[in-house]
Amino acid sequence: MAEAHDYKAIGTRPVRPDGVDKVTGRANFGADLNLPNMLHGKMLRSPHAHARIKRVDVSRALAMDGVYAACSGGDFPTNERTTDLAKNCMARDKALYHGHAVAAVAARTPYIAERALDLIEVEYEPLAPVLDVDAAMADGAVLVDENLRTNGDASKPPSNVAAIVKFERGDVEQGFAEADVVVEVDCRVPTAHQGYIEPHACTATINEEGEATVWCCTQGHFDVRSLTANVLGKSVGEIKVIPSEIGGGFGGKTIIYLEPIAVKLSEMSGRPVKMVMTREEVFRATGPTSATHCRAKVGAKRDGKITAASAWLAYEAGAFAGAPVGPGCMSILAPYDLEHFSIEGHDVLVNKPKVAAYRAPGAPQAMHAMESAIDDLARELGMDPIDLRLKNSADEGTQAPYGPVFPAIGFRKCLEATKAHPNYTKPKAEGTGRGVAAGFWFNIGMQSSAEARLSEDGTVTVVEGNPDIGGSRASMCLMAAETLGVPYETVRTHVGDTESTGFCNVTGGSRTTFATGLAVVQACEDIIAQCKQRAAATWDVDVEQVDWADGQAIPKPGVNVDANPLSLRDIAKNAGRTGGPILGRASVNAQGAGASFSVNFADVKVDRETGKIDVLSFTGIQDAGTAIHPAYVEGQMQGGAVQGLGWALNEEYIYDENGVMENAGFLDYRVPVASDMPMIDTQIIEVPNPSHPYGVRGVGETPIVAPLAATSNAARDALGFRIADLPLSPPRVLEAIDNQADA
Amino acid sequence: MEGYAYARPTSVAEAIGVLQADAASGRRSQLLAGGTDVLVQMRSNDREPRTLVDVKHIAETNRVDIGDEEVFIGAAVPSAVLNENAQLKALFPGLLESADLIGSTQIQGRASIGGNLCNASPAGDTIPAIIADGGICVIAGPGGSREVPCEEFVTGVGHNALGAAEFLLGLKFKTPASGSGDAYLRFIPRTEMDIAVAGAGVALTLDGGGACTAARVSIGAVAPTALLVPEAAAALIGTQVDAAALAAAGAACSAAASPIADKRGTVAYRRKVVGVLCRRASAIARDRALNNIGGSQ
Ligand SMILES: Cc1cc2nc3c(=O)[nH]c(=O)nc-3n(C[C@H](O)[C@H](O)[C@H](O)COP(=O)(O)OP(=O)(O)OC[C@H]3O[C@@H](n4cnc5c(N)ncnc54)[C@H](O)[C@@H]3O)c2cc1C
Repeated sequence: MAEAHDYKAIGTRPVRPDGVDKVTGRANFGADLNLPNMLHGKMLRSPHAHARIKRVDVSRALAMDGVYAACSGGDFPTNERTTDLAKNCMARDKALYHGHAVAAVAARTPYIAERALDLIEVEYEPLAPVLDVDAAMADGAVLVDENLRTNGDASKPPSNVAAIVKFERGDVEQGFAEADVVVEVDCRVPTAHQGYIEPHACTATINEEGEATVWCCTQGHFDVRSLTANVLGKSVGEIKVIPSEIGGGFGGKTIIYLEPIAVKLSEMSGRPVKMVMTREEVFRATGPTSATHCRAKVGAKRDGKITAASAWLAYEAGAFAGAPVGPGCMSILAPYDLEHFSIEGHDVLVNKPKVAAYRAPGAPQAMHAMESAIDDLARELGMDPIDLRLKNSADEGTQAPYGPVFPAIGFRKCLEATKAHPNYTKPKAEGTGRGVAAGFWFNIGMQSSAEARLSEDGTVTVVEGNPDIGGSRASMCLMAAETLGVPYETVRTHVGDTESTGFCNVTGGSRTTFATGLAVVQACEDIIAQCKQRAAATWDVDVEQVDWADGQAIPKPGVNVDANPLSLRDIAKNAGRTGGPILGRASVNAQGAGASFSVNFADVKVDRETGKIDVLSFTGIQDAGTAIHPAYVEGQMQGGAVQGLGWALNEEYIYDENGVMENAGFLDYRVPVASDMPMIDTQIIEVPNPSHPYGVRGVGETPIVAPLAATSNAARDALGFRIADLPLSPPRVLEAIDNQADA
Repeated sequence: MEGYAYARPTSVAEAIGVLQADAASGRRSQLLAGGTDVLVQMRSNDREPRTLVDVKHIAETNRVDIGDEEVFIGAAVPSAVLNENAQLKALFPGLLESADLIGSTQIQGRASIGGNLCNASPAGDTIPAIIADGGICVIAGPGGSREVPCEEFVTGVGHNALGAAEFLLGLKFKTPASGSGDAYLRFIPRTEMDIAVAGAGVALTLDGGGACTAARVSIGAVAPTALLVPEAAAALIGTQVDAAALAAAGAACSAAASPIADKRGTVAYRRKVVGVLCRRASAIARDRALNNIGGSQ
């Protein structure tokens, strides 16, 4: 499928530079830094899902032997500008979810710190919690925030609905009236956690000048710097953040929880402070993604032409506004070219941890609803689900439901590849079901900086500021090697801290290979431009008369100079004599991130006596633009599929009636284990993104979007009826089978 | 880990001595076999100082004896070692499968069935299999050794019949007669690294004509302790273990179960699934028994 290119480095599959250290345990993660005289910090967390905090007294904890510092909400700047994030890091007047941080201590050992927590006195006035999106939207619901008004409209009464967003085109009523067939799906998707294996961890120290240094695992140390400064009321320049290797993030490490607390405890004690969350804390107090209630409706003519679609989405934000319902609304119909549609989304507060980004935030839940409806529609019409999608597919020139007109996109190619795929053309095994679904994610660009430094032996050190989660250092090396025309092995990429590289936005939105890649390419082009100047000076010709090819400066054809080509190595060696060190730089605000579409399909088998669903095969087909490192693109596709399958099958937060999570550990929060999964088959489609020199689109998020509906649709096929809600856990499936038998 | 001590006795008497000394001084001691429960508990919620008394360096707890009349399995033998014993596997395939379900390959290098039993989790996988096979617990203590049928050994969630300064030496089984077979099945939502939502162990003996002459059925994870279900056994005995008998045994298990509803499953779900597991395990045990008719195992 790939277009013919004569790339030398791009498209190859070298081993990632960080791989060996990671598998041998040598790599340093968030919790691995130890400093002399370091203390251990621990957080006291609210035992109530909703309570007024009347009083916090840390004096008895402070008096304990081995305890050096203690703090609570009153120790942080609090005024009308205090951000939700600051209040999430440390509660002020109200605890808003079970596990909300209320106070913290630093002590000589983690064990002492834990015991000291028991000595902190907190007087709570427990309030009734509001625990799901439907209850929160009901009339007379308990209010999570008494001052919150929908869309900030002061004329409205307080509400748990922080925002309502709408996207519309045409006349949806007229569209449904024109339809021969209309189907509707109403479904709930539970809260799911990213499930990164490495818990949040940081070590902080602050000097006599009030300058703090923070080591932590994060997806974006520049964001940690600004957010920490915000919570502490410091300037950005007073904080330096050094990112460690990161053991998974998936969006969950784009914000902060511990860092300002550790800095505060360090300031109070005069010593470095390390804080490491337990797995239980990660589940109870960090941001998972939204539980949702969605309704999707779609109507079509007999020939499969969709005449109208509508959707109603309600997303739990947790304790503070900011559910990813906007992107959910923007994704839900993105694969289709529609005349009439309406989408309405609600961002709803509940007494649960504030949600954080999770891989294509908001899209999996929304598209689960619509792609289930599209599947039902195909059944009603007696059409192949791929043919139905082909008939309505968005393409280059289609106006996306959220506004812009798509440039070249790969959805149609993904659909065509599915139809031709051996896993799709082969007959289903006896007693199994097959389901397909489409996936989509916008991807983002944003700001990135990079430097490419030419060393005296001709090797190149690239420094950029995006923590490497999925092999991006390897991809940066490949793009640098391609641009410079040198072997991959001669380039090293280093993730610099906030003081040793220029600003980069987070590793998120599938932007790193696209946007930071763009900066790296431009930094390398800067090196080439300088090398050409050095060669021109050496040969005493005009710089316009010098070409760069295969890693060397050569005279342009027809230039009359008797000169041997000058390789990058030659130029590096002589740099001291030709003008000094050669340093390429670039900073970009990357525009034109390319949307990535996918089609996924699964074969499943249902044990009708236990309700257990086994996934027998799963195929992901996705437009990657250009796959810089195909193995890591496939890895993203496989990893996203497994997370989506886990969410579809078993993952869910289970709360008791008081808002206490009952399954805050990996034993009962069931992410799939390797033996649960079939080999995830992948096929990369390459429709290059016109806005990137090598055609890169983001690839990391789209893979989690379609598996929910693909699994649901496969179960529908196997069972003969639809279970709309997720997860399709054995008890839910067995109950549905029994109810169906009774009906 | 302040206040921790580790003892590594190499004889039964030495082990009892350590336990008695601790008991006399009011210090907590805890037995340690593979540690796959103990270490996890110590790291999560139970940090109280104690002496860990390692029982896996005592000859008796590491012994596997297969005689014509009796089989003895030392309490500390790791699951991986048991599963490499072909003779034992031929005699008690169901029991060994239950041990083979514990955790993962790495866990099985350490996890023992003695530890699984003494840990007394309602969901312990080997317990219903041991009960179905008629296992007898051999207990060492200051007064010598004593024996307790496995179904009486676990007395409640996390509690067992061991007295002060006693420990489990091993398990004793009658060597199965020809025409015998056993099986254990559990249900988990995943394929491994999970905890049983329900489990069923079955051991039965068939005569030359395929009629069931003896049976024991035990269910796990559906009550505070694993239960022996005589009604299920009665439904099998005297039949050809045909579909009707299997259904009756399954129904008896569903009736005997008294599960709780929790994050792992509802009452109705567990009741239903334990019946399904009993039926399926009984069919496997029957097929194994049919293969063993007339043969000395
Ligand atoms: C990742 C993982 C997965 C697991 N999966 C499963 C599973 O699928 N099914 C399952 O049932 N269990 C499972 N377990 C639990 C555990 O592995 C088993 O219960 C195992 O059999 C315990 O054996 P052990 O030798 O490690 O016991 P230990 O941890 O050494 O001891 C367990 C308990 O028994 C006591 N004890 C040990 N030996 C004796 C003795 N001789 N006399 C008296 N008391 C004694 C100890 O004091 C302790 O209370 C899992 C554990 C882990 C960590």
